[in-house]
Formats: sequence, C-alpha cells, structure tokens
Amino acid sequence: MNQKLKSYTAQTYIAYALIAPAAIYIILIVAWPLLETIRLSFTNSSLAGEDYVGFENYQKMFSSKKFNGIVTRTFVWMFFSVSLKLIIGLIGAVLLNANLKGRSIFRVLVMPPWVVPIAIGMLGWLWLYNGYFGIIAGVGMRTGILDGPFGFLAYKQSAFISTIIADVWVGTPMVTVFFLAAMQGVPRDLYEAAYCDGASRWDRFFKITLPQITPVIITMSLLSAIWTFNSFEIIWILTEGGPRGSTTTLIIDTYKQALGNYKFGRGAARAVVVMILLMLFAGFYLALLARINKKISHE
Amino acid sequence: MIFILLPFVEMFYASLRPLDHLFRSPYQFYSDDLSFWAYREMWNTVPMLPRYIFNSFFLASVTSIITLLFVIPAAYSYARFKFPFKNSSLYILLAINMFSGAVLLIPLYKVLRTFGLLNTYQAMIVPGVAFLIPTAIWLLKSYFEKIPIDLEEAAFVDGASRVQILRHIIAPLSTPGLVVVGIYAFIGSYAQQFLFAITFNQKKEYMPIPSGLYEFIGYTTVKWNEMMAASLVGIAPVLIIFLFLQKYIVAGLTSGAVKN
Repeated sequence: MNQKLKSYTAQTYIAYALIAPAAIYIILIVAWPLLETIRLSFTNSSLAGEDYVGFENYQKMFSSKKFNGIVTRTFVWMFFSVSLKLIIGLIGAVLLNANLKGRSIFRVLVMPPWVVPIAIGMLGWLWLYNGYFGIIAGVGMRTGILDGPFGFLAYKQSAFISTIIADVWVGTPMVTVFFLAAMQGVPRDLYEAAYCDGASRWDRFFKITLPQITPVIITMSLLSAIWTFNSFEIIWILTEGGPRGSTTTLIIDTYKQALGNYKFGRGAARAVVVMILLMLFAGFYLALLARINKKISHE
Repeated sequence: MIFILLPFVEMFYASLRPLDHLFRSPYQFYSDDLSFWAYREMWNTVPMLPRYIFNSFFLASVTSIITLLFVIPAAYSYARFKFPFKNSSLYILLAINMFSGAVLLIPLYKVLRTFGLLNTYQAMIVPGVAFLIPTAIWLLKSYFEKIPIDLEEAAFVDGASRVQILRHIIAPLSTPGLVVVGIYAFIGSYAQQFLFAITFNQKKEYMPIPSGLYEFIGYTTVKWNEMMAASLVGIAPVLIIFLFLQKYIVAGLTSGAVKN
C-alpha cells in the first residue's frame, strides 16, 4: 500500500514536471495579460503613464451611444454570419456526403479558404469588391443591376453585408468539414433499417441524420459564434471598421482605442467587456461539452 | 462551391492579365494577352518580397518548433498519467483557444515596449506560440493515447530506463503524430501572421507576407495584377502542404470534436 502510494505521488510529480513548461508559458503570455488588462481598465494608462481612475472608463463607455451601437452591431453581424455559415455548411455537408461522382475531389476543394492565411484571402476580396474594376461590380453593370460603378465597401449597408459575406467565405469550410465528419459517423445500419421500412430520402435526413448530428451542430454553432465574435482581420483589411463606423465591431473598436489612439485604459475597459462575453460563451460551450460527454458515456 | 472557389480563380485570372485590361470599367471578362508577366514584375514593385517570404517561413518554422518543444512533454503527461486537476486543466486549455489575441494586445504591447522588443522577430513569435499550444496539446495527446501502454510496461519490466523507453518506443511510434501536429503548428502560425505582425512590428525587414502586402494596399494606385500574383505566391506553400496532407490533418482535428 505504502509502495503504491509512493509511486502514485512520484508519478504526479513527473506529470506536473512535464506539463510545467507549457503551463508557465501560458500563464505568462495569456493569464497574466488577462489580469493586467483588468487592472489597466481602471486606469487612464497611455504612452505617457497611468493613474488610477476607478470606474471612469466603464462609465464613459456604457453611457456613450456609440459604444452601445457597437455592441448591437457586433451581435447582428455575428447572427447573420453564423447562421449563414451553419446553413451553407449543412447543405454543403449533405451534398459532399451524397454518392456523387468526384466527391472526394470536392471534399478537398471546399477547404482552401480555411487553410489559406485569412489576411491574404482578404486581399483577393478587396479586388473582387473593387467598385470600378472588380468582377462583382462588373457583373452587376453588365446585367444592368447596377447602373454604374459601385464601391461595395464604400457605403454603410453594403460594407456591412460585404464583410459578412467575406467572413462566411472564411468560416464555412470548417463548419462543412465538421458536419461531414459527423454525418459519416452515423451508424450505417440505421439507414439500412429505415430504407427497409420504406423511409424517403427526406425522412431519412430529418429523422436520422439531423437528430444524430445535433450535438455537433450545437457545438459548432457555439464555436463558430465565438470565432465570428473574435473576427478581426477580415473587417480590418476590408474596411478598418468604416465607412463611418458601420463595420466597427467590439474587437475592432477595442483595437482602435488601444493601439490606434494608444488609450490603453479605455481599450482595456473594452477588452474586459470582450473577455466577459467570451467567458460566457466559453462556459456555455464547456458545460455543453461536459453534458454531451456524460450522455455518451451513459449509453 | 462557386462561392468558395471564385475568389481564387479570379485572383489567378487577374494575376495573368495586363494592368490596363484590369483597369477598364465595366469589367472585361476577356483578355487576349494573358501572361505570367506580373509574376516577374512583382519582384520590382514589391522590392522586399523575397524578404517577406523568408520572414513568413522563418516565423512559422521557429514558432512551430518552439510549440512542439513545449507540447511534447505536456501531451505525453496528459496521455499517460493520472493527476489532480487533469481534466479541469484540459478544459482550461480549450477555453484559451476561444480568446482572440486582440484581448491580450495591450499588456503584451506594453511589456514588449518596456523590454525594447517591439519590431523584432520575438515580438511575433512569443504570442504566436501561446495560441498554438492548447490545440497542439489536445491533438498530440490523442496520438500518444493510441500507443499501447503495454509496450512501455513490457520494456520497463525488461529493465529499460524511462529515457530508453522514450527513445526506442515512444519516439518512433509517435512520429506520424508529431508530423501532423508540427504541420498544424506551421500552417496555424503561417496563417496567424497578421494581427501580431501589424501591432508589434513596423519594420519592413521583419514583416511576413500578409502584413508586407497589406502595406501596399494603402497606396493610391494598386497594381492589382501583381498584388494578386504576390498573394498567390504567399498562399501556395500552405496550400501545397495542405493538399498533400489534408486527410491526416482533417481526421486529427475533427476526431476530438466529433467522437467526444
């Protein structure tokens, strides 16, 4: 008994020692900055120095109409982007799962937007959205939908929609791949049984596939919501949050305040709001994951 | 499908066309003198392009090697040992994945500034590694778990030391896993070279491809054909790596989320 106990603690020491480097690294580069951000949010820190100002940053922030607009806009942007990703991803996965010719090639071809550096992909989109010479404006003009050059990123509403479309382009492949993996994990005999019972293609999808992959759909919608919420590069490269703030989301606003104006205190207050929202998402996600795991281990 | 591929096709097409064909409004669908001219000319327009390419590769390689050094022992420990806080710390790792670097920029910026590390390679590598560690640990852990523990125990009974076990059993068996995780880290760090690069580095000598090219967008006349050509050159390496290894990478990444 004593021997066993001793080896158990020795093992624990080894285990911790092996994890220590990674853990210390994460604490220094992730955990400490998080805490420091919270501290800074109560100061008027800038390049010049810092003083404690209490809740001033928060009061100013929450009483500003502009900030409240930014929060609303962030959620609207997120809602449209995530819904489109899920819908297109689900349709895409169904098509890729079907017994079509050349599907293995298509399975590879859906993935490039996911692996390519987002920033470079966005340079391509800048060209597509170009009002005079871009292909989208060009097709619009040729078909008569547009009666002249149209800068998609130059007007409030079109810029808002254009950034969503670019974000969907980046985010959909991953959603599709995960849905597809989940569909392939659905036991074959379920379909065979349904087939024998004379279930239609439609029935099979709604009564077997969909319920079977629901856990993945739910986790993916949360994950994708988190990533969309964090999306920075897409908006930054396409519009830098403009025109006139119409594509400024929380992340963009945080960045502009902190590193555009070097108002670290105000930026930090925004970062804290972002953090709290992210923690809510993350908590929700982890709780869900734990529940799903428990359910599976019970079965 | 069209939605996903059109941007790439158009990028490639635009890169082949002469500039005065591109600058016609409304859009011309047809050019008769397609050429790879832009691919030659871009080296003059973007004089630092070779340097950007080198920087991108250098940053991605160093970042992924450092990530592996931190991740290998940690993942092994998670796969083999039982210890207090094991599961909760694994979930914390998952949660870290959900934080965007943007939230941490302010303190990191201040620290790097105090230590005079702004505008260096380190400024881009250090935060990059931190965001690759969590997923890399999860991935590698699942590879280590697949190596039967009996093998190790048998060797142990035969009198092999821990180091010997590591060298002769674990290392060879986990090579495929290490390769996949290394590639994941490489692609991941290649892809994330924008936020940290534009924030912590203003020096052209150290810019990776994305931030280097982004600079040129600000100019009044953008030579779009060359810009697209240069972008495609920047995309090519990851795309090629990915096409060859997509099977393994996708299987590795999805297995965690789906089978869980």
